Amino acid sequence: MSLALRRRPPARRAAVPLSSRSDRRLALLLLVPATATVLLALGYPLVRQLGMSFQRFGLEQQFGRPPEFVGLANYQAMLTDPTFWAVLGRSVGFCLLVAAITMAVGTAGALLLTACSRPVAVAVQVVMLLAWAMPVLSSLQVFQWMFDSRSGVVDHTLAALGFDQMLGFNWFAQPSTFFAVAGLLVTWMSVPLVVFMVYAAVTQIDSSVLEAAALDGAGPAQTFRHVVAPSIAPVLALVTLLQIIWDLRVFTQFHVLQSNGGITEQTNVLGTFIYQVGLAGGDYGSASAAAMLLLLLTLLIAARYIALLLKEPA
Amino acid sequence: MTTVAPPPTPPAAGPATGVRAPGLRTAPPRLGARRPGRRGLSVVANAVAVVFGLAWLFPVYWMLNTAFLTDRQIQQRVPVLFPVGGTGSHFAQVLSSPAFWSAMRMSLAIALVVVLGAMVFGFFASLALSRFRFRGRTQLIVAVLVVQMIPAEALFISQYRMLDGWGLLNSVAGMSLLYLGASIPFTIWMLKGFVDGVPVELEEAAMLDGCSRMGAFLRITFPLLGSGLVASSIFAFLASWNEYTLALVALTSDDSRTLPLWLTSFSGQNQVTDWGAIMAGSTLMAVPVVILFMTVQKRMASGLTAGAVK
Repeated sequence: MSLALRRRPPARRAAVPLSSRSDRRLALLLLVPATATVLLALGYPLVRQLGMSFQRFGLEQQFGRPPEFVGLANYQAMLTDPTFWAVLGRSVGFCLLVAAITMAVGTAGALLLTACSRPVAVAVQVVMLLAWAMPVLSSLQVFQWMFDSRSGVVDHTLAALGFDQMLGFNWFAQPSTFFAVAGLLVTWMSVPLVVFMVYAAVTQIDSSVLEAAALDGAGPAQTFRHVVAPSIAPVLALVTLLQIIWDLRVFTQFHVLQSNGGITEQTNVLGTFIYQVGLAGGDYGSASAAAMLLLLLTLLIAARYIALLLKEPA
Repeated sequence: MTTVAPPPTPPAAGPATGVRAPGLRTAPPRLGARRPGRRGLSVVANAVAVVFGLAWLFPVYWMLNTAFLTDRQIQQRVPVLFPVGGTGSHFAQVLSSPAFWSAMRMSLAIALVVVLGAMVFGFFASLALSRFRFRGRTQLIVAVLVVQMIPAEALFISQYRMLDGWGLLNSVAGMSLLYLGASIPFTIWMLKGFVDGVPVELEEAAMLDGCSRMGAFLRITFPLLGSGLVASSIFAFLASWNEYTLALVALTSDDSRTLPLWLTSFSGQNQVTDWGAIMAGSTLMAVPVVILFMTVQKRMASGLTAGAVK
C-alpha cells in the first residue's frame, strides 16, 4: 500500500525562505540521535543474532573457542526437533485460544456497557481502568496468591462449593491447570483494552441509524448483526491482531509462574524456550535460530496489523 | 492512496491511529434499552454488568485486602474477606527494607534516563518526519511501526551478549539503552501526531520574522506540544517501570534489581511465602502506575494500538 503523505500546497512552501538542501540537512540531523540509538539497541543485536544463528555458538565459544560457521544447521536442527514443534504448537494454541476468549469477553463487555444503566456502566469502566492499569508483576503476584495451594482463595472457595478434592490443589503442578491459570491471567489483563476500544467504536455509530433500525422493528440481535457488527469490524480486526501479537510473545507470565511448579519443560512457550536454551543453557546458536523464527512469525502478523493501522480511516 | 493520519487539532489531539481515543464516556448510546418493554432486558444487563465488574475488580481488591491482613489472618484456613483487625505492618516491612529502596532507586534512575532520552530524540525525529519531505520518509514511518512489533524475546539473547561484551550488564546505562530502543519508536509515532497538529504557518510566521528553522521548532512548536510531551513521557515511564523481560536478562546481580525483579525475589525461596509483604509490595508498585494511568487514560488505547506499553 502506498502512504500518501499530506502535501501542503506548493505556493505555501515558497513562503519559507530556505533552500531545500538545508532543509534536508536539518531533517537528517534531527533524525540522527533517534535512529542511532535504535540501531544500537535493536539493529546491532539483530545483525549479530542473525550471524549467531548461522554459527555453532555454545559454551565452548564463550570460553574463547572461535565460533564455527554451520550454515543453516541450527535452523535445520530446530525445525526437526519435536521439542521445538511442541513449544511452537503450545504457543500458537495458547495465543489463539486466549486471543479468541479475550475478544469475545471484551466485545460482550462493551455491548453490555451500552445496555446497562449509566451508573453501572461508569462503575464498570472505572474497574476496567483499574484492572488495565495494574502492573503485570503486581497482577502476577495476586494471581499466584489467589491460586496458592496452601491458603489460596480459589481452592478454598471451590472446596466450600463442594469440590473437596480442590483443597490444597496445586494449579501449577500440571500443564492443563497451569495453562488455565496463565490464560485466565492474560485474559484478565487484556480484556479492558478490548472493552474500551470496542465501546469507543460502538459509541461512534450514528444514533439515528440505531433509531431507524429500532423503528423498522429490529431486535437487539438483528441490530447487532446488521448495524453494529459491520461498523465495528475494522476495530475488531485491529484489536484481534494486536492481541495475537501480544499473546504470542507472552514471557513474563510464564517465566514467573514456572517458578512455582517445576514443570518447565511441559509449559514452555517460545519466549521461555528461547530463554532456557540460550541464557540458561548457553546454546546461543540454537537459541538465536529459534529467536529469528519467532521474529519472522511476529513480523508476518505485524505486517498485516500495520497495513490495517495505516489504512484505518479517521 | 490513503492518508497516513488525520491532522489532529492542538492541543487536545492524540496521536493519529484512526481510532477515537476511548475513555470514560458520559452518554453511551443505548442499543436495546431504549424502547419500553425492555425493562427485563435492562435488569439482566445490569446484573451481568455488575458480575462482570466484580470479577475484574476482585484481584485488585484481593491484593489490597491481603496487604492489610495480619500473617495469622493470611495463613488461616478460611480466607479473610475484609481487613478487619488488620495491620499496616506489611507496608512498614517493605518500606523499611533496603532492597526495596535500592530497587526503587534503580527503577527511577532508568525511567528518568529513558523518559528524557525518548522525549528529546523522539521530538527531533518527529519534527523531521512531520515537517520535511525527503526520500525514504515513508519507509522510515513504516519502520517506526515495525520496530515496535519486535518482541523482546526475539532479541534478548543478542542484547544480553552485546551488553555483556561492553561491560554494561547490571548498569543503568545498559538497561536504559535497551529501553530507549523500545521507547523511541513509539514516542516518535505519538509526537508526530501532535506535531502534525501544530499549524506550519506558525513556524513560517516566526521565520519571516527572522527566526531560524530550528529556532521556530524550539520556540514555537515545542511549547505547543505540552500535553503530547506529558502523555508520551508517561507512556515511556510506564513502559520502563513495568518492564520485566529485558530487566531479567540485563540485570543479573541482586543489587541492580529494578522493582519488578525485586517483587519476584520474594518467591522462589523455600521458606513459606510472605504473601502479606508481596501484596504490600505489589500495591506500592501499582499505586504510581494507576495514578499516572488515570491521567492519560483517554489516550491509552490509541497509544497501545500504536504498540506502546503493554
